[in-house]
Amino acid sequence: MYAFEYHHPTSVEQAADLATRSEDAKFLAGGHTLLPTMKLRLAAPANLIDLGQIAELRGIQRSGDAITIGAMMKHAEVASSADVRAAIPALAELAELIGDPHVRNRGTIGGSIANNDPSADYPAACLALNATIVTDKRKITADDFFQGIFTTALDEGEIITRISFPVPAQAAYAKFRNPASRYALVGVFVARHADGVRVAVTGAGSNGVFRLPEMEEALSRNFAAEALDGIAVPEDEMNSDIHADAAYRAHLVGVMARRAVQAAAARS
Amino acid sequence: MTATGIGAPVRRKEDQRFVTGQGRYVDDFNRPGQAYAYFLRSPYAHARIRSIDTGPATIMPGVVAVFTGDDLAADKIGGLICGWMIHSKDGSPMKAGPHPALAQGKVRYVGDHVAVVIAETLAQAKDAAEAIVVDYEVLPAVVDTAEAAKAPVQVHDVSPDNTVFNWHLGNKDETEAAFARAKHVTKIDLVNNRLVPNPIEPRAAVGEYDPGTDNYTLYTTSQNPHVARLVLSAFIGVAPEHKLRVIAPDVGGGFGSKIFIYAEETVCVWAAKKVKRPVKWTSDRTEAFLSDAHGRDHVTHAEMATDENGKILGLRVHTTANLGAYLSTFSSSVPTYLYAPLLSGQYDIPAIYCEVDAVYTNTAPVDAYRGAGRPEATYVVERLVEKTARELGQDPAEFRRKNYITQFPHATPVIMTYDTGDYAASLDKALEIADYKNFQQRKQESARRGKLRGIGFSSYIEACGIAPSQAVGSLGAGVGLWESAEVRVNPTGSVEVLTGSHSHGQGHETTFAQLVSDRLGIPIDQVSIVHGDTDKVQFGMGTYGSRSGAVGMSAIAKALDKVIAKGRKVAAHVLEASEGDIEFKDGKFGVAGTDRALGFGEVALQAYIAHKFSGQDLEPGLKEGAFYDPTNFTFPAGVHICELEIDPDTGVTKIERWTAVDDFGVIINPMIVEGQVHGGIAQGVGQALLEGAVYDQSGQLVTASFNDYCMPRAIDLPSFQVGMTVTPCPSNPLGIKGCGEAGAIAAPPAVINAITDALGHEDIAMPATPQAVWRAAQKARMPVAAE
Ligand SMILES: Cc1cc2nc3c(=O)[nH]c(=O)nc-3n(C[C@H](O)[C@H](O)[C@H](O)COP(=O)(O)OP(=O)(O)OC[C@H]3O[C@@H](n4cnc5c(N)ncnc54)[C@H](O)[C@@H]3O)c2cc1C
Repeated sequence: MYAFEYHHPTSVEQAADLATRSEDAKFLAGGHTLLPTMKLRLAAPANLIDLGQIAELRGIQRSGDAITIGAMMKHAEVASSADVRAAIPALAELAELIGDPHVRNRGTIGGSIANNDPSADYPAACLALNATIVTDKRKITADDFFQGIFTTALDEGEIITRISFPVPAQAAYAKFRNPASRYALVGVFVARHADGVRVAVTGAGSNGVFRLPEMEEALSRNFAAEALDGIAVPEDEMNSDIHADAAYRAHLVGVMARRAVQAAAARS
Repeated sequence: MTATGIGAPVRRKEDQRFVTGQGRYVDDFNRPGQAYAYFLRSPYAHARIRSIDTGPATIMPGVVAVFTGDDLAADKIGGLICGWMIHSKDGSPMKAGPHPALAQGKVRYVGDHVAVVIAETLAQAKDAAEAIVVDYEVLPAVVDTAEAAKAPVQVHDVSPDNTVFNWHLGNKDETEAAFARAKHVTKIDLVNNRLVPNPIEPRAAVGEYDPGTDNYTLYTTSQNPHVARLVLSAFIGVAPEHKLRVIAPDVGGGFGSKIFIYAEETVCVWAAKKVKRPVKWTSDRTEAFLSDAHGRDHVTHAEMATDENGKILGLRVHTTANLGAYLSTFSSSVPTYLYAPLLSGQYDIPAIYCEVDAVYTNTAPVDAYRGAGRPEATYVVERLVEKTARELGQDPAEFRRKNYITQFPHATPVIMTYDTGDYAASLDKALEIADYKNFQQRKQESARRGKLRGIGFSSYIEACGIAPSQAVGSLGAGVGLWESAEVRVNPTGSVEVLTGSHSHGQGHETTFAQLVSDRLGIPIDQVSIVHGDTDKVQFGMGTYGSRSGAVGMSAIAKALDKVIAKGRKVAAHVLEASEGDIEFKDGKFGVAGTDRALGFGEVALQAYIAHKFSGQDLEPGLKEGAFYDPTNFTFPAGVHICELEIDPDTGVTKIERWTAVDDFGVIINPMIVEGQVHGGIAQGVGQALLEGAVYDQSGQLVTASFNDYCMPRAIDLPSFQVGMTVTPCPSNPLGIKGCGEAGAIAAPPAVINAITDALGHEDIAMPATPQAVWRAAQKARMPVAAE
């Protein structure tokens, strides 16, 4: 790790201000992605702005037909939130599947989404639940937010403050873990909304999280695993590595989608 | 059995300090004025070094010194050695290339040591390392085991075709004749995957030099500190043996990887004198992946011949063993004498012939890893036996039983003479615990749920307690493999045992104390086990190959016998009886046929105050030492049965039941033994399902972190059913065989035999990852679909 300046603002405004004023600044949330990269000397920000003391970035609210989660909420907090469990149990279950207890008690939803790791779990939930990512400057729909691996719509110095998830009629997440890292080798989030079904896939795509319109249409007509019969997932846009090649990933997308639909449909 | 004697499940004494964070590991030692070493490592698998410019680094903040291979050479520091000479079939000695601690002219694997920076802080050392300018001429690399001998790349000039040796064992003619007679021949091609040891504590070293006394001290993560001292002094030449103290304090696991003498500790000792300051190096996890000696990495073709009654007639094996870029300390012995002599398994096989070609590649050195050679042999034998049974349409358990050795001693065609065993007893017990007779029902039940269930056997044997020094000497070992012990009885009757064994997870502080408690009749909290310091323990060969019980404890037993003999003399004087009338029983020296007796502590005190005997009659004091050289290897054996279920949709394999019935001879502490079995199975399951070091074609290690290298987790394992059978080992005074590696040896073929049973075909390699199993399950389905 190289030397850096450490800042710990107590408001979003201060944090944003520090970011514009300091050269080569990075926000620090749970640090579970950022700090290892710094230790390996792959990242070397001159200024680290810790978001950990900003009260506005915390909390979970249920308001009408949405759940809103502060960017600094840890995975374990989302997993154990009674409000999340009641409104969108699939989201709580997804949070419970992230990493291990250490990771869940450090890593944050804001950090995960800002990072947009192609194997991260939350991006699939955001996309399938049609979430809105709220920043200190604007509101961005999930469809616009995720723009390819490790790439988002965030501008330099823009801070995610919270994420708002519309409550679906039924939803479920099926994750096939990478055996080594426990990230998603393939994760499929299926959500049935009043206006149709959304299916989002993480881990598999060579360009990061993506939706499967063909499955969405079929499931919007008939929300049952059989509706997916005959729908092939194209291999050419799949990731390939030592753990899973494109053909296996494409196959797993189908299997996980079926399992997610079964689990979602079983929910009242 | 007393509460703390042999056979008692005593809680581990050392765990109090380990689980409360009080352990003292090498990295916990910080010496006054200490500086930090950081090694600049090669980013290339194979390159010529045109030049190294350390100038820019030397002027960086905090830098104390920067050294390269030239500096070592200027000080006449020798290269790292391989301590076991293997001769090829044609009688020629193995072709070993030079192994400098810091590269000279060439780098041969990613992670190879190019230079060392010593600085006030580790961060400064790393910063300075980035400023070193190395001009590399990148060369093509060879990484593939099977291709190495044919590759157009030569790793070492002295080794044409990248071949270190072409070795063989057994009787070729008899084996050919057996195959000519055979009714049936079963053939198999196997890869024994390369593993990264990953002890929880990475390697570390602190070198220190005292100019006043000209003494050197090395704190190092070693399984055998005396061997390290011997190699560092006699071969590498960093310090004279009597001037070098090597301390291996608490060590957090080794699995073999801390047997070897590496570049880093060599450089730390040498540099401490150069810079006149203690020098510390602690490996990070990435360095551990790149530069700890890896394990296994064999490619094998094997064939088994059987007669019309399903009796095994012969076995022939050809193995190519990848030794990596340099010969690590014991690397040459692993695919030879630790491998081929185990190819008879538990079976009466009249003719065996094995050829081993050892090759250099541009990968990390490969050496002993938990089981060392024996897992590789067991994998060959047990996969082949299972396949043969299937091809012959015989039950795999009964096929094994029919071929078991039943008469002992039994001389195999591959050197070993098995002393004792009852293989059928272990099989019977295992079949019972595994509820084998109802397996088909469970398989059908799985099939109803769309799952593939399989069962696999591993009827393994291993050779432990290495070994009679004469025997290993005749096979090329550079050292003897006895063990030493010294028992120091204090005037208060408490006891210190100094042992040449080294505990790095095995629980010696408990089990060794149990032996003393048992023999002397004193509580174990009156016993201290001292190990891991060459200034305290005179000499020792260390811990590996499950030898500390059979060899290390036998040395202690021998020393204890001498202590008791001396105690008897002391007691005779005090009790005014003749020595022949003194009996030692239940911790008391008594006069036979009377109630006159002295406790062990009283005799100890009398030995030291020496008031009751004259110096002419008896020496004062109570301290005895012993060297114990075993008369044979020991042969732990057993049967493991793995039952698992495959989800053909995803390829996920779930182990449902694990039965382990082992014969470890006499057991000192059943709880610790069971723990060793559990850990071994976990490691073996890791090899079978999860772990595998992968290099890409350019020689980059793809699996250089836990993100990609998959270690077994609790969730990957079932609750084990562990049973024991006991045939005491006749070749050591305690009847111990050893248990440290059994699980890792037994497990891989049990898992793969179960998977191939579930799939209905043999086409799966380790690690059987979900992707591999899914693909294999697709293949299994195909003929069904075609029907
Ligand atoms: C061992 C391990 C296993 C893991 N397993 C999983 C898994 O199974 N599934 C999974 O999804 N994830 C997994 N993770 C990732 C982890 O859960 C975190 O989600 C991830 O590290 C990012 O969150 P963080 O809070 O740690 O962010 P940090 O590392 O602190 O930051 C990550 C990036 O986001 C930026 N950032 C952070 N917060 C904000 C914000 N509010 N606004 C704008 N930018 C911001 C930072 O500047 C940085 O660039 C794992 C991590 C580890 C170490």
